[in-house]
Amino acid sequence: MTANQIMFFLFSVVIIVCSILTVTSRRILRAATYLLFVLVSSAGLYFMLNYQFIAAVQLTLYAGGIVVLIIFSILLTSQISQKFEPVGWEKSLFSAIASIAGAFITIITILDFKFSASTEAAKEINMRLVGNSLLSVGKDGYALPFEVITILLLAAMIAAIVIAKKAGPKDPQSQTTKH
Amino acid sequence: MNTGIPLSYFLILAAIMFFIGVYGFLTRRNLITILMSLELILNSVNINFLAFNRYLYPHKLEGFFFSLFVIAVAASEAAVAIAIIINIYRRFTTINVEDVDTMKY
Repeated sequence: MTANQIMFFLFSVVIIVCSILTVTSRRILRAATYLLFVLVSSAGLYFMLNYQFIAAVQLTLYAGGIVVLIIFSILLTSQISQKFEPVGWEKSLFSAIASIAGAFITIITILDFKFSASTEAAKEINMRLVGNSLLSVGKDGYALPFEVITILLLAAMIAAIVIAKKAGPKDPQSQTTKH
Repeated sequence: MNTGIPLSYFLILAAIMFFIGVYGFLTRRNLITILMSLELILNSVNINFLAFNRYLYPHKLEGFFFSLFVIAVAASEAAVAIAIIINIYRRFTTINVEDVDTMKY
């Protein structure tokens, strides 16, 4: 086994074990920590695929940003010491059947299909190329999705502020739904 | 590079991760843990895109940019979802999906 293979299997084991723990752990803060391990290991996989930029974005945005956001909202909304009640066996059995059957079919299909690996030389990815492609409107340009994503991010920011801001005293909803 | 790792290993890993996320999405009751399962699903799709890009089309960058956009969409989705969750918590003092059923017919 080469070092590359050993690294791949290490990352895969961490990803699979921590994914299972993320969806089954009964303490919510631990589930968030396992999710962090999954995201960091997938950043390692991106490094192995030689996509350093995506790996860095994954580390800063996913592992750094989204997980911190999730942990903040956990601290705001949950009792940390409290454990979830266990999932009912019927629900867990049928969900497990559905997901194992889906995974089985997908893996059979993947193993059945013959992928023909490309022999073309890999393109060197540097930041100049990424920036030029993101703003180019010609062939291999991604200006339109880039603009759409900027509008989406602006809309998401405004929506998050509007939804989460405290309702004013004149807001009729805030008086009718006091618990 | 990538000596000895077939493309199908990456795809199988992503498929397993995707369906673990689906399992969590179906069984969890807390809104934040549902959101975490969703992040697992989106992340497995990213692994697929990058593996396809590297193995089958190394001279192009489609998968690279697509996963970049997926990450951006996931970030904005998480922000809006957490704003909604905090608002739900403020009104119902719980984020259990089975207790928040006022709009259910």
